Amino acid sequence: MTGWISDFMNHPATYLKSGWLQISVSNLIVIVLMLTVFALAVFVPFPKDKEDHK
Amino acid sequence: MSEMWTAKLRNKWQKNLPIEKLLPDDQPAYVASWIYVFGVLTLSALAMIIFSGIILAFEGPAWYHISDVGLFTNSLHFWSVQMFFVFMVVHLWGKYWMAAWRGNRFRTWATGAIAFVASIATAFTGYLVQTNFDSQWISFEAKDGFNSMGIGAFFNVTNLGQMLLLHVAFLPLILGVITVIHVLMVRRRGVVPPIDAEPSVSGAGR
Amino acid sequence: MSVSKEAKHAFDAAPWTGKTKRYDIVKEGSIAVAFVAIAAIILSLLMGSPDETPLTFKGWAVSNADNFYATAVQELAGTSGSATYGGPYNKASDGLNVGPFWLQKWAGVTHPVDTVNEFVISPLSTQVMSTDIASALATWKAASATQKQDWATAYDDAITKVEGKLSDVPAGAYGPVPALAKGLTDMAKGGALDAALLSQGGFFQTDNTKQILFFGDGSYLDDAGTAANLQGGTWGMMNETGRYPGQAWLWLYSFWYQIPPFNNEESAPIGANADAYIMFIMGALSLGLILIPVIPGIKSLPMRIPIHRGIWRQYYDANGIKRRKK
Repeated sequence: MTGWISDFMNHPATYLKSGWLQISVSNLIVIVLMLTVFALAVFVPFPKDKEDHK
Repeated sequence: MSEMWTAKLRNKWQKNLPIEKLLPDDQPAYVASWIYVFGVLTLSALAMIIFSGIILAFEGPAWYHISDVGLFTNSLHFWSVQMFFVFMVVHLWGKYWMAAWRGNRFRTWATGAIAFVASIATAFTGYLVQTNFDSQWISFEAKDGFNSMGIGAFFNVTNLGQMLLLHVAFLPLILGVITVIHVLMVRRRGVVPPIDAEPSVSGAGR
Repeated sequence: MSVSKEAKHAFDAAPWTGKTKRYDIVKEGSIAVAFVAIAAIILSLLMGSPDETPLTFKGWAVSNADNFYATAVQELAGTSGSATYGGPYNKASDGLNVGPFWLQKWAGVTHPVDTVNEFVISPLSTQVMSTDIASALATWKAASATQKQDWATAYDDAITKVEGKLSDVPAGAYGPVPALAKGLTDMAKGGALDAALLSQGGFFQTDNTKQILFFGDGSYLDDAGTAANLQGGTWGMMNETGRYPGQAWLWLYSFWYQIPPFNNEESAPIGANADAYIMFIMGALSLGLILIPVIPGIKSLPMRIPIHRGIWRQYYDANGIKRRKK
């Protein structure tokens, strides 16, 4: 129950650097995921209702 | 009309938030987008945080260092928090681009924004009570910010007992109350109509 | 066709009387809870959560005895970060300010910290010790305040002069200070200092302020923070130990620490008081977030950038609603 890939997770993170900007790959994944999820939520069609209630 | 405070409160509640609004079985036809699920997902993540947090509270702050079940419970807490913020931010972005404060819904927006800020404060105290290297580091670093504003005089991030109590009692209580008010306001005012919807166009139905 | 602002507002505010559809709020909530619970269980089973063992004084004194020793001398001389901090620990400095606001100073000393006695003398006094350290302690306790200060300052200056290389420190009028520092270092190496600083002479203890302050005065914690990429100047506020995601939601708070003048302690007044200025800025921005609906420009952006056409596409298409003219 300690996590099947927790060995991998407990190693020093990789950091991406560009000038003063620096971010861990994990944080980048979370932020990109957040933006992607937002874009998908807006643009992926929502299933249509079969019948109107009223 | 009754002069009784109790009756006044009840009448006001029934007028503004009858049970049909609180637990609706229909909603406007325009509520048809995946963006609408992120509010309830945020609430669900909060429920998971509270559930795993209660188990952690029963066993004490050092349990997860020595127990596999403890570490698993701590992991549930940790990942629920990560999801909570992801869902909440997507919800916030969605509501911003919908200009969801239109039609007397300013207070709905404001309570949501306050809940966001309160969540950050609550999560921060969580990081301080991990009783591991991370909390050693964070408390040493964060004290300077709070001290610089004089806040450190009564909110001492290096005091584990104080942070633990605030994290499991006071801050969740505040966040919970704000969240309940936020949700009740959403139910009371209803979901904001589309930006381009107008009374005269067909489908608006009047 | 366009309606007046007032009519649109009244329309938005009124209860919806148009088309509706079935909505099972309880079912929706149940599915959401189940989804989140399953996701949390899977993530937890896969990755666990971060938990790096805390550092100890023992670890510090064993791995870098000279640095610990020099820090102990600083605590006695009153030159350590904690001893010179100011509020809420002592009055050694005025602390940070934003213009005429000296909030740190005004809030007063609410958690008094006496680095000489609480970090060095009292913990040492709890130990069964060798005769030379016992006599050093007796000499220290019997000396006048000025004498103590002179000894400690002379030794601290000497160590600073040789840049911490203890073997190069020339002989001098240091009194019992070297023996005290040696005694505390040995005590820390054995692990006894961790316990003594925690208990502070009592039994129950829930406040780690003194431990954390002393711990941060040396290079041990700082080096560990650098190694784990946690330093504030390199976005450390957002980071977590290991490969776990950190507090990504603090990106904006962390951002200010990366840019001038906030990232330059030498630049007065803002850089030198960056902690206070950034708190003010974030307070103002948080207020701004709450007040977005009344901030000109920002409140009308959603009408200009038509992301809402995607969100309400079904409704707009079904009713043939074109973009609204301004």
